[in-house]
Amino acid sequence: MSSIKTFITDFGWPRIIIALFLLSLFVAAPIVGVDLGASIGDVLNRFGQNAIMVLALVPMVQSGCGLNFGLPIGILAGLLGSTITMQLGLTGLTGLLVAILITIVFGVIFGYLYGKLLNNVKGEEMTIAMYVGFSAVMLFSILWLVLPFNKADLVMGYAGEGLRRSIALEDYWGKLLNNFGQFSIGGTPIPTGLLLFVGLCVFFVYVFMRTRTGTAMTAVGSNPDFARASGVSVERMRTVSTVVSTVLGGIGILAYQQSFGWVQVYDAPLFMAFPAVSALLIGGASVTKASMVNVVLGTFLFQGILTMTPSVINNVLKNELSEVIRIIVTNGMIIYALTRKTKVAK
Amino acid sequence: MRNVKSFVADNIVTLIFLTITIIAIPFSGLSGSYIISNLIDRFARSSFLVFALILPIMAGMGINFAMVLGATAGQIGLIFAVDHNIMGTEGLILATLVGIPLSVGLGWFSGQVLNRARGREMVTGFILGYFMDGIYQFFGLYIMGWLIPIRTAQVMQIDGGGVRNTLALESVRGGLDKIVSLKVGPFSIPVVTFAVIAVLCLFIIWFRRTKLGQDMRAIGQEQGISHAAGINVDRTRILAIVISTVLACIGQIIYLQNLGNMFTYTSQRQAGYYAAAAILVGGATVSKASIKNVFIGVFLVHALYITTPLAGKALFKSAMVGQYMSDFINYGIIASALVLHAWKNKRAADLARAGLRMSAEAQAAAGGVA
Repeated sequence: MSSIKTFITDFGWPRIIIALFLLSLFVAAPIVGVDLGASIGDVLNRFGQNAIMVLALVPMVQSGCGLNFGLPIGILAGLLGSTITMQLGLTGLTGLLVAILITIVFGVIFGYLYGKLLNNVKGEEMTIAMYVGFSAVMLFSILWLVLPFNKADLVMGYAGEGLRRSIALEDYWGKLLNNFGQFSIGGTPIPTGLLLFVGLCVFFVYVFMRTRTGTAMTAVGSNPDFARASGVSVERMRTVSTVVSTVLGGIGILAYQQSFGWVQVYDAPLFMAFPAVSALLIGGASVTKASMVNVVLGTFLFQGILTMTPSVINNVLKNELSEVIRIIVTNGMIIYALTRKTKVAK
Repeated sequence: MRNVKSFVADNIVTLIFLTITIIAIPFSGLSGSYIISNLIDRFARSSFLVFALILPIMAGMGINFAMVLGATAGQIGLIFAVDHNIMGTEGLILATLVGIPLSVGLGWFSGQVLNRARGREMVTGFILGYFMDGIYQFFGLYIMGWLIPIRTAQVMQIDGGGVRNTLALESVRGGLDKIVSLKVGPFSIPVVTFAVIAVLCLFIIWFRRTKLGQDMRAIGQEQGISHAAGINVDRTRILAIVISTVLACIGQIIYLQNLGNMFTYTSQRQAGYYAAAAILVGGATVSKASIKNVFIGVFLVHALYITTPLAGKALFKSAMVGQYMSDFINYGIIASALVLHAWKNKRAADLARAGLRMSAEAQAAAGGVA
């Protein structure tokens, strides 16, 4: 009995409610006439789209920088990666690989500067990260208009300059990962390549967090004074974690784009940090501790609810209610984590 | 020379944005009298909202981004006034009477939440605003028109479900501004609105001297010592947020009666972004704010809003650039002000530590000689 109690307090009521809610949606789906196989396929696809952006948050949580509300900075690196590659006219696997390469270059530069900045504002990282992210997105909105992109399918038709709001990836590397080795089980399409790519990234971070650098990073996060006393440079570890996080954010948006089929610029990345943060927290992470299990479980639960709620609820009720539920769940979860005493779920 | 240096260091945020404004004015191509009449109008419209941020800063809770909860309460009040077709000043009074109890409740709730998030009040308050958006949309789109009937067709969505996304406030427009409007040359001055703002300033000056005001300043300095001195820290912090939320509610009503229409589900968010930018650009920090900061900030931030989009448009020859420029400026003000302040704090802490080390070394050296 007491072990059930500790399990519940460890796991947290919000998480249990969300898991039960998702379960009931899956049960209700066939009853209200929703195709369950297709729905599960959607959930898997959206899991793959979003998981790397959630994963990107882990290094900074571990190094004590808190939840990376500045994720849009990484996303901007990814947008530069894909738009520049498209401007160069590279398609297919070459295109995707070059896009990843450019993203890594910009991600390292942006992440380094962003990390330096956060080192100077210890204690207020989250609020500042949020506003630095917002400012960066708006600054880039101006850049998307004035940078010398000129390929016909990238720029706005009537003026011939300035990127379009959404750029089709179909002729470049759209669905490349999704279609790689895709197969169906009973009407449920499995996006094999995308899931493998996510698995690869998760594995990379898992290994990285267990290297010398990764362990030092965790030490800095759990006890900076102790870490400093054992000869670890706190500032350096925080910067490294920010660089890794920013690069992963960029790769995350590349995975998202290829599955979604469109590159979205301008203010599209503005609020992308919030669902990612919420997903990580739903998976059981706290502001100071996060693991791979939190990433996978959280992304699945969060994207599950986002996918299933509209399809189930729209069949019963009106349209916007699922949007309201999304806002309340996303932000309610973040508030729950920010107000909780720092005890960690497994 | 040293005085100049410390003046610049203390007012760096204000000076940076003052410089940007001065550079932007000629590029914007606007006339002086246009800018001034716009500034008077916008000052009357929005300074009340910015005052809502002073008390939480005093109490050491940073910028109260959760003030959007109060703004939401004010908007609910206005929806009722318009829906019951009560016009002009009476409509505004009704809106305030509906909004104040709501904002007291919401303020108490957000105070509770922020007390559980010590050390990260700002980010929590910010997210609390988004959380409230969800609740508010649920209220406006599903409760209104179902549990609470909507009487006026202009308030209802076309398809009959809940409150419209854009609400015309013609019936209460100018309900405060136009009671007495004074013409001075080319400028018209809403006297009563300015009187209300003046009363609020006096209230804040008086409040700082009351026992409660003193308590707030004390916990803003040091919570532990205040607690030891017998101040109920939790309760005082909640009261600071409640007052802030109520002021935001009234401020939003004043703001919207001037504008004359409202984006039902997004106007409240604008209030939060704007007020934080204004008080920070006026030279307030997350731990220190005065009436002077509000006045300077409101003028400067609006001068920026008026001139920079046009200057951006003229410089890059694109209207879209101007649009994004104003958003960038808005977020940029808050980001840079927070960064500069945190950086200054860190430097002060580093200097203090270096000073401590030096005096310790000096003592050790003196001890060695003896």
